[in-house]
Amino acid sequence: MNLEKVVFGFFIVLALTLNFGFFVGEIDNPHHHNVYELFAAIVVNLIATVLKFGDRTQMGAVLLATSLVADLQLLAAAVIWGFAWQVTDAGISPGTMSSIVSLAGGAMLANVTSVTLLIAETVNLRR
Amino acid sequence: MDPIVFLVLRRMRAPLVALIVAYAISILGLVLIPGRDAQGAEWHMDFFHAFYFVSYMATTIGFGELPYEFTPAQRLWTVFSIYLTVITWLYAIGKILTTVQDITFRQVVTKRNFSRAVKRINDPYFIIAGYGDTGRMLLRSMDRRGLHSVVIDLDQQRINELKLQTLGGYVPGLCADASVPAALLEAGLKHDCCRGVVALTNDDQVNLEIAITSKLLSPDLLVICRAESHAAEANMASFGTEYIINPFDSFGERLALALHSPGTHLLDEWLTGIPNSPLPMPLYPPHGAWILCGYGRFGKAVLSSLEGEGVESVVIEADPEGTGCTGFCVVGRGTEAETLEVAGIEQAVGIVAGTDDDANNLSIVMTAREINPHLFRVARQNRQDNDAIFEAARLDLVMERSEIIARKILATLTTPLLTEFLRETRSRSNDWANELVSRISAVTGDLVPEIWTITLDREQAPAVSEALTGADSIRLGLLLHDPGDRAEELPCIPLMLARGSATFVTPKPDFVLRSGDQILLCGRSGTARRIAWALSNPTTLRYLLTGEERPEGWFWRRLADRGL
Repeated sequence: MNLEKVVFGFFIVLALTLNFGFFVGEIDNPHHHNVYELFAAIVVNLIATVLKFGDRTQMGAVLLATSLVADLQLLAAAVIWGFAWQVTDAGISPGTMSSIVSLAGGAMLANVTSVTLLIAETVNLRR
Repeated sequence: MDPIVFLVLRRMRAPLVALIVAYAISILGLVLIPGRDAQGAEWHMDFFHAFYFVSYMATTIGFGELPYEFTPAQRLWTVFSIYLTVITWLYAIGKILTTVQDITFRQVVTKRNFSRAVKRINDPYFIIAGYGDTGRMLLRSMDRRGLHSVVIDLDQQRINELKLQTLGGYVPGLCADASVPAALLEAGLKHDCCRGVVALTNDDQVNLEIAITSKLLSPDLLVICRAESHAAEANMASFGTEYIINPFDSFGERLALALHSPGTHLLDEWLTGIPNSPLPMPLYPPHGAWILCGYGRFGKAVLSSLEGEGVESVVIEADPEGTGCTGFCVVGRGTEAETLEVAGIEQAVGIVAGTDDDANNLSIVMTAREINPHLFRVARQNRQDNDAIFEAARLDLVMERSEIIARKILATLTTPLLTEFLRETRSRSNDWANELVSRISAVTGDLVPEIWTITLDREQAPAVSEALTGADSIRLGLLLHDPGDRAEELPCIPLMLARGSATFVTPKPDFVLRSGDQILLCGRSGTARRIAWALSNPTTLRYLLTGEERPEGWFWRRLADRGL
């Protein structure tokens, strides 16, 4: 067992699960989507991205790309949330909430790709 | 992608993760800990404000407690966060600095810069492997003649030295083992502009490896090698190395040449010298008994040349068994008067001090002069730094390895025809050489002439090649007249003309030229430019041919045609 691989796999999978946790629920209902969960998803995603830095293989490059996509989507979601809540007077409307959640959904797709790639690689290794 | 980016990213993994975690902890703490707003009601900081606060706190900018004054619980958390984030930042910055200063990192950077510099070259250039005395001398002369080069050497010190040299052009240098193919490839062995490889390291085996790598990977390249043993020389020649230079043999040959035909030797010296330096004086080594001190590679080469000239010589050697001269040599170092006297210094006409120690060589020559002041003194100089003392010893001839190699290579690189010409002169008589020498000195005065080649093709001589395809017949003499005043002859001498595989030595002025001819010329500096003028400018050429100055441009030509 390789500790580095454990940490790596842990963060990639955790990024997906947190992302999923935030995503599930009615798309425009703010009560179904926890802000702490989004925060955790962002932090874990960022860490996963950094862990993928410096891998020169083709697989490493694709993994890094998917992570960057997820980061971008989640940060966009967070910015929209912060902007709607703090800057506009309206607060979180159902419309805003649904755009936040759909962005997080996009990020989740990227994370799913990441995990799939990771599994594919592992399976190949075992054989 | 660039390896540097990967290296930095990989090194930055840990500090970046640490930063993200520290920020996350601080932000989360601020969001969770309850505060009080202006009215004293319970208030929770949102993520936006927490991120804002941590951002300026962690970077020690410190705008204060926003948006409301903090409660003691919040302050407690802030104290903790300050130490956490500031220390993490310091760690991250420290890590960046160590990465940048790291030796591996810097090597990667230098290597990257080197290959970028090589890639950017778009003029013909040569790879010089080995930047010792010889390499330095060669590089300087090549630079003076506008030839580009790339240097590889095993020693970083020498590469640093290269960077400190004041050269006309930029010369990229790489610290690497040139016998490794990757290093040669890095230096652009397969680059479109690479014209040749010069292997000058002090190890025959390495030179051999460089030659074979170059020949295998780019068979069209010109490969020039230095070899100090005959075995290596034969090996290099076996796979088609174009020029192999053995400094000992070259010097032996030179000495023999000076002995049997001083005129040819002088011609050789003049034509291969550094242009515009003072002309070397003629040398007349006496015929008679010679004494040779040191029977190493140098001594052997000199002895065989002397024997070839029928000159009898006595060898002095300190280690007869090791060098294989038991029986016919005088045992001793030659630095003491006794040995010299045993060897017959009183009756000798010349002495060659050829050991591999400069101090010993000088000592031999000085001792010999004490005993017999009329001796012709020849010494081998091993290190270029000793120039000053060898000059002060006022020897008749100094053999300096690096100079011999550098001169030969320079001649080959700049004017391949010259090498051919010098080979040709060997078969000519001494009188013929003397006559040519006096013609050259009449033209160039007392400075070493410039040597250059012109090719009558479309690129180098568009005007001439066009005229030659037409009805005009052009004689060689015509091109050697001043394009400013055609009655005036230019100070230069055609040494050789090559047409296909045929060569004509010292062609006469009435020689009829043909398209594609190559002409080797020597002359006063600046003449090359005047000749080039006539070669490329049709109007100038017309003037030389007919004496008439045709106006240029459509309008003036029309006027001239109408006879206005």
